[in-house]
Amino acid sequence: MPRKIGRKESGLGVDRRKFLTGVAVAGAAGAVAPKATQAAAGAGAATARMPSALPPTAQTIAAETMPPKDMARIGGVAGSDFMVDAIKTLDIKYLPANCASSYRGIHESLINYGGNKMPEFLTCTHEESAIGMAHGYFKAAGKPLLSLCHGTVGLQHATMGIYNAWCDRVPVIVMGGNDLDAAHRPPGVPTFHSAQDINALVRDFTKWDDTPVSLQHFAQSFVRAYKIAMTPPFGPVMISLDAGLQQEPIRENGEKLSIPKYTPTSPPQGDSGAVKEAARLLAAAQNPVIVVDRTTRSENGVRLLVQLAELLQARVVDMGGRMNFPKTHHLSAPLSVVNNADVVIGMELADFWGVVNSYIDNGEHGIGHNETKIKPGTKLISISAVELNTKSNYQDFQRFQPVDVAMAADAETTLPSLLEAVKSAIPASAKAAIEKRAEAAKKAKAEGRARTLKLAALAWDASPISTARLVMETWAQIKDLDWSLVASSGNVSNWPNRLWPMSKHYHWLGTSGGYGVGYGAPASVGAALANRDLGRFSVSIQSDGDLMYAPGVLWTAARHKIPLLAVMHNNRGYHQELMHVQRLSNFRNRVASLGNDMGPIGTSIMNPDIEYHKLAESMGWWSRGPIKDPAQLGPAIKEAVTVVKSGQPALVNVWTQPR
Amino acid sequence: MRHCFRGVGLLALFIGLPFVGLMCDGALAASAEKGKIAFMKYGCWQCHGTQGQGSVVTSGGKVLAPDPLPWEGFSAFVRGTNRGMPPYSEKVLPNDDLADIHAYLLSIPKAKDVKSIPLLSQ
Repeated sequence: MPRKIGRKESGLGVDRRKFLTGVAVAGAAGAVAPKATQAAAGAGAATARMPSALPPTAQTIAAETMPPKDMARIGGVAGSDFMVDAIKTLDIKYLPANCASSYRGIHESLINYGGNKMPEFLTCTHEESAIGMAHGYFKAAGKPLLSLCHGTVGLQHATMGIYNAWCDRVPVIVMGGNDLDAAHRPPGVPTFHSAQDINALVRDFTKWDDTPVSLQHFAQSFVRAYKIAMTPPFGPVMISLDAGLQQEPIRENGEKLSIPKYTPTSPPQGDSGAVKEAARLLAAAQNPVIVVDRTTRSENGVRLLVQLAELLQARVVDMGGRMNFPKTHHLSAPLSVVNNADVVIGMELADFWGVVNSYIDNGEHGIGHNETKIKPGTKLISISAVELNTKSNYQDFQRFQPVDVAMAADAETTLPSLLEAVKSAIPASAKAAIEKRAEAAKKAKAEGRARTLKLAALAWDASPISTARLVMETWAQIKDLDWSLVASSGNVSNWPNRLWPMSKHYHWLGTSGGYGVGYGAPASVGAALANRDLGRFSVSIQSDGDLMYAPGVLWTAARHKIPLLAVMHNNRGYHQELMHVQRLSNFRNRVASLGNDMGPIGTSIMNPDIEYHKLAESMGWWSRGPIKDPAQLGPAIKEAVTVVKSGQPALVNVWTQPR
Repeated sequence: MRHCFRGVGLLALFIGLPFVGLMCDGALAASAEKGKIAFMKYGCWQCHGTQGQGSVVTSGGKVLAPDPLPWEGFSAFVRGTNRGMPPYSEKVLPNDDLADIHAYLLSIPKAKDVKSIPLLSQ
């Protein structure tokens, strides 16, 4: 089959409209008989070209100027109908997107030919919101979503969301409309919105991309994209979708269109020799520590990790990329336990260097200094699938940390064999030492809990409200529900992870990955969508700066009836940056200039204060605020919970302490 | 000003008087009320919270109040820290204001007993 790009077959001197109305569809239905190709054979006869020598009839004139009442102008079955057939084979439930002309062909097919089901189009007001929703959805549901965008301007809006998904190892399938054919695409705006290679914009932080030039190519690319995105390490993928390919009718040119079957790829498992060596080190350790980050993605993963920890009575540090290990378990421990470890195993760590070292931003000449946290001779073991997919430009791979055993493998998939190897490696003589570790861990856990509660009690009645109080007033209202903390943007001193009895995988969905501000609001809405379908109650700690990046996602939540409780951590500033400017002012021996704000100029979000509750209300949310008196917080959240349980989103705007 | 502190420190040692209360530049008149304003003005609240309660992410879990460090350790740390907190020179934060800040921290009452807070004692 000859390759074709866009509309090049229309040829010189042929009016495009006439070409489209006169085209006859060749070939029979595809081998797997997608619905669109079945329809194509019949449509061809109905749109046969009239002899050109005849004078135009009224019907012909009408056909030239407006869509016929009973006959599609396209003169065949749209190529994008076949694309929808391909998409539907992969059970993608939703498609959050901001509409755009460059993908009008597939948009129309999705909602009309596809019936707006599997996937259902969700109206978004910003592409970054759409990607953020897909990001959050996957972490709650374990299934990827598809998003469409304008290939140039829309994709530029989407990029930060895609980078977050890349850093957070989350699959998102992105398709960008693009009109490749410079000779036939409309001039003006559509040409501003076209590019030779839109995928170049995100190639540094996607796992794979492609530009299909035929419908069969599209079917292969879409299934391949899905497969690559869903193979650990997960990640976003990108497809450039030519406008001509979407809009033109199916012309099979003798080749039957077919849709490849999707078979999931088995995740990579640790090499048996490396697993055995890791087990030997762990079994022989006096003080083994397990550090986890994006390690588990299922309840089974959590269960396996608990088994490994209990087998060794090794303390587990959860860096919080996901809910990996129950916070209530006696082996759950703070990061400081690595200081006394003799073996540390890191599983899917975003930053192994940062686990075993410190960076103090207070060195000579404004340059920070490094300190190791671990004892000399501590053995380090790494299991990380990310080693299989490292790119050069963006530095999300962090500093290089030498280790003693390195496995380029998926940690959750490797856990069963590691467990078995550790069981075999532990000598009977180690039993007493392991039991002793358990007792020490239980004691340390109880003491740590008491310390944490004492810290939470500090500034308990303060106004602005302390972040510990914010978190515990929220907890009091949701504790009897099947809850899921879908995001905690800004920073509330990690109180939910320190105080809430997180034990299930969906109790905490982790952070953005790339730390691009603006993730919290859309990811919360996306995760809440997944949780709605799974019968879970979604709650987010929503910061002010994060919400202001693209607050339109609030409307999307109301429009699509996505229940979510957003409790605001409104500290009225970009607090991280506020501290950075203060730090640099001190280093340079200058008083930080505040203007009329609380923080250095350019870092506060006040004067005027944003009425987030009114913003939410204007977009269809139930809301209360601003709440400054801690005594009023509990009753307001209680009301909000009732609203969310009825199926609506609710926001409580709370003035809080900085962190 | 550091010389002044050292001198007073030696004097305090020599005559056996408590160090606090003998500071230079009006420290005797340190005001908790002024200190609260200074605590905000110089950005202390940014990492330590408005009541000095601290945070695991911004103050490494260090709590300024209640029970702040004694003046000597407190002022030495503020002036010379090479840890997570950036140092404040006297040019940026004058001694009188620092003394007021210390007075403010001393004035912050003890936290509630955890057992008296139902949300923390369940």
